[in-house]
Amino acid sequence: MSPNTTQRFRSPLAALFMAFASIYVPDFSIQAVVRAEPALRQQAVALVDGCPPLEKVVAVNQAAARAGLDLGMTKSQAMQFRSIATRSRSCKQEQAAHAALLDVGWSVSPRVEDTAADSIVVDLTGLASLFGSNEEIANLLAQRASDLGLIVHVTVSSNLEVALHAARGFPGITVIPPGDESQRLAALPVQVFSPPLDIIETLERWGVRTCEALAKLPVLDLSERLGQQGVRLHQWSRGASLRSMILAEPKLCFEEEITLEYAVEELEPLAFLLGRLLDQLCARLSARSLSACAIHLRFDLDASCDHEFLPPQTPTRRLDKKSYEKLLTLPVPTRDSKMLLKLLRLHLQSDPPSAPIVHIFLAADPAPPRVMQEGLFLPSVPDPEKLELTIVRLANLVGNSQVGSPRLIDSHRPDAFQVCRIFPRCDAPQIHQKDGRQKSIGVLGKRGPVTAFRVFRPSPRAKVTLREGCPVHISFSGMHGEVTAASGPWRTSGEWWREDAWHREEWDVEIHRPSVSSANTIENAPSAGPQKGVYRIYYDVVGQAWFVAGMYD
Amino acid sequence: MAVNVAALRFQVETALAGRVPAPFAHRSIQVETAPFNIAEIDQLTGGLPHGGLTEISGPFSSGRATLLLSALASRTAHAHVCALVDGRDTFDPYSAEAAGVKLERLLWVRCRNIDQCLQATDLLLQGGGFGLIALDLSLLSPKMVRYVPLNVWFRFRRAVENTSTILLLLDQESSAGSCASLVLRLGLESCRWATPQTQRTLFSTNSCACLFGGSQLHAELAHSRVKSATWDHKAQSFTRMNATNHVANFRTRTMWRDFRETVIETK
Repeated sequence: MSPNTTQRFRSPLAALFMAFASIYVPDFSIQAVVRAEPALRQQAVALVDGCPPLEKVVAVNQAAARAGLDLGMTKSQAMQFRSIATRSRSCKQEQAAHAALLDVGWSVSPRVEDTAADSIVVDLTGLASLFGSNEEIANLLAQRASDLGLIVHVTVSSNLEVALHAARGFPGITVIPPGDESQRLAALPVQVFSPPLDIIETLERWGVRTCEALAKLPVLDLSERLGQQGVRLHQWSRGASLRSMILAEPKLCFEEEITLEYAVEELEPLAFLLGRLLDQLCARLSARSLSACAIHLRFDLDASCDHEFLPPQTPTRRLDKKSYEKLLTLPVPTRDSKMLLKLLRLHLQSDPPSAPIVHIFLAADPAPPRVMQEGLFLPSVPDPEKLELTIVRLANLVGNSQVGSPRLIDSHRPDAFQVCRIFPRCDAPQIHQKDGRQKSIGVLGKRGPVTAFRVFRPSPRAKVTLREGCPVHISFSGMHGEVTAASGPWRTSGEWWREDAWHREEWDVEIHRPSVSSANTIENAPSAGPQKGVYRIYYDVVGQAWFVAGMYD
Repeated sequence: MAVNVAALRFQVETALAGRVPAPFAHRSIQVETAPFNIAEIDQLTGGLPHGGLTEISGPFSSGRATLLLSALASRTAHAHVCALVDGRDTFDPYSAEAAGVKLERLLWVRCRNIDQCLQATDLLLQGGGFGLIALDLSLLSPKMVRYVPLNVWFRFRRAVENTSTILLLLDQESSAGSCASLVLRLGLESCRWATPQTQRTLFSTNSCACLFGGSQLHAELAHSRVKSATWDHKAQSFTRMNATNHVANFRTRTMWRDFRETVIETK
């Protein structure tokens, strides 16, 4: 280390303005799997990889190593250790774990280096006013990683490389004061630098096992024997290496997936797995101060299975798809995993997959969290999250198309409307007030209320007797009566170019009913005595038949 | 017997002393009400009670849907979110729009049978936050509605108690009984058929030269437990009310009745 460099590290300014936190995930492959199965956290776990039947053990945790399992053993050998849980290595889960690790870094600072799959470096410069001292920030990082299912080592140092290598050697949280780098690294084995295997063997032959021993070697001789790699190792061991951070571009990609050892056929265990994934997704969103505005769900289905998945009582049908996808659009951004799980469960109940599930993929579309300041004098509206749950439950009860907010369509077609999603907002009431007294709504005013119309869906067929072109008697759905007043015909037609064109002659008729049959369908009169009512009937010119469009009520 | 009752009363009062100040004293609870926005009905009833069940019954064309739309228009104009459980899928969005209902604030549940209606109402009441929940059983058979156990209405009433939600039930014959805070019976008096003045001489009661102009309806206050905070009820007890005090007549108009006309009523 040059004198200038040493002075720079030991200056108070350097200590004040430069600090890097390295986060290292030991046994990364295993933690990526354990993250999806927290029950494995206390167990001995081994990961196998390769093409069956040549699968070999590629990673073991400490408990498994203590039990005697070594890397390179075959899967069948590993399976003989009954206390050791054997799982397949999952690249997807490792990617998700790495994305979660990056989220931990971005949760405190935008300056993050994506060093390796199991390591990141966070620039802590200027964070003291937000999060406190370096030690407090390190604790915060460890806590957030734990929330995301990762047990990590965190090391804070003013030297990026020292932080990186010390995190691999020291468990828990370590803060290395400026100037103490070489001293703290001294006891660490040279393996923390992850040198090539031949260099490790050479150093082993020389009897060099620790950083301290490596730092004491003359750098020129080391260069002659090991080349630039040796010089770099020598700099690292002295804590004298300097380099700039390579910043990672923040990504807004929140995906979690899990490949199942056995296909899941029931909703309960599926909900259990979805709950775990949603917890992880929401924890990642929370770490980035974001919420989800939509959830993408995809299942890979077991193509070899040809029986119905859910519900079990439905008749068997052949599979026509190998995957199942669903998009859950949320009315307001949320990261409440329990609420999301309830919604997913309800959606799956109403539209179950057609085969057992072998792979689950969940992704969240990030959005800024809902910030709402309600007015003191505004009426309360249903909580959007509760309302969404209620609507999904109602949709399960009556059908998806049967629930929503009606919207008029710009068309002359009779009874043209669509049912849309309801998005209640907290608006100011649209009433007119004068002298503090509430007035009637303008639409009604003094002219009286508008007569409401009820639409019969579908329109029942009617028998109509005409005299001089006007209806005088009508019977429909078990009801019959004399027409005492009529208005019409009001002719309407449209969209003749379509198959469902309409052409009708409408009449408003007042009917006096002498009696009502009890076997009617639409009409359910309260008593058998004489009744009267005003109806809208129409003659379908295309179909050459009379129908009852509805009733004024 | 009288001594026993007095002794029992004293015993209860003593046991509850310090917890309940006057257990046998009659307390009239004032409730907030919301207007129908029909002057005659508001004057008759005092409005729709918040946190209570209001029942509107009557035969066909008696104006039940008109009152429903009027109540929905009133509530949605006050920025409340309302829900309509439609027992026979007969709700007409065009009428609602013409009546002033803000459709974007209305959740419409289109049911096929009474079981769905009751379950949907239950879910909406559990969800909470609605200004008005209307259960429209108008076109369902009165016999079918009568089969609904009374405890269902009790449960609904309990669910809306101490909330600001108005629960509105529409049927042909009153079925909620004592669970309802307000029961209104409607009937059709007459219909108004109008013709343009230029065709006055040609008019007959069954002619293509006339227009349906609206109805004359009557409403009878069958039962009310409402003591409105904002409205001075005519009487606290029906025993003191004469027959004319709890009956009102009102007119409805059709959307298109805005031109000069001659009106002929058919009775």
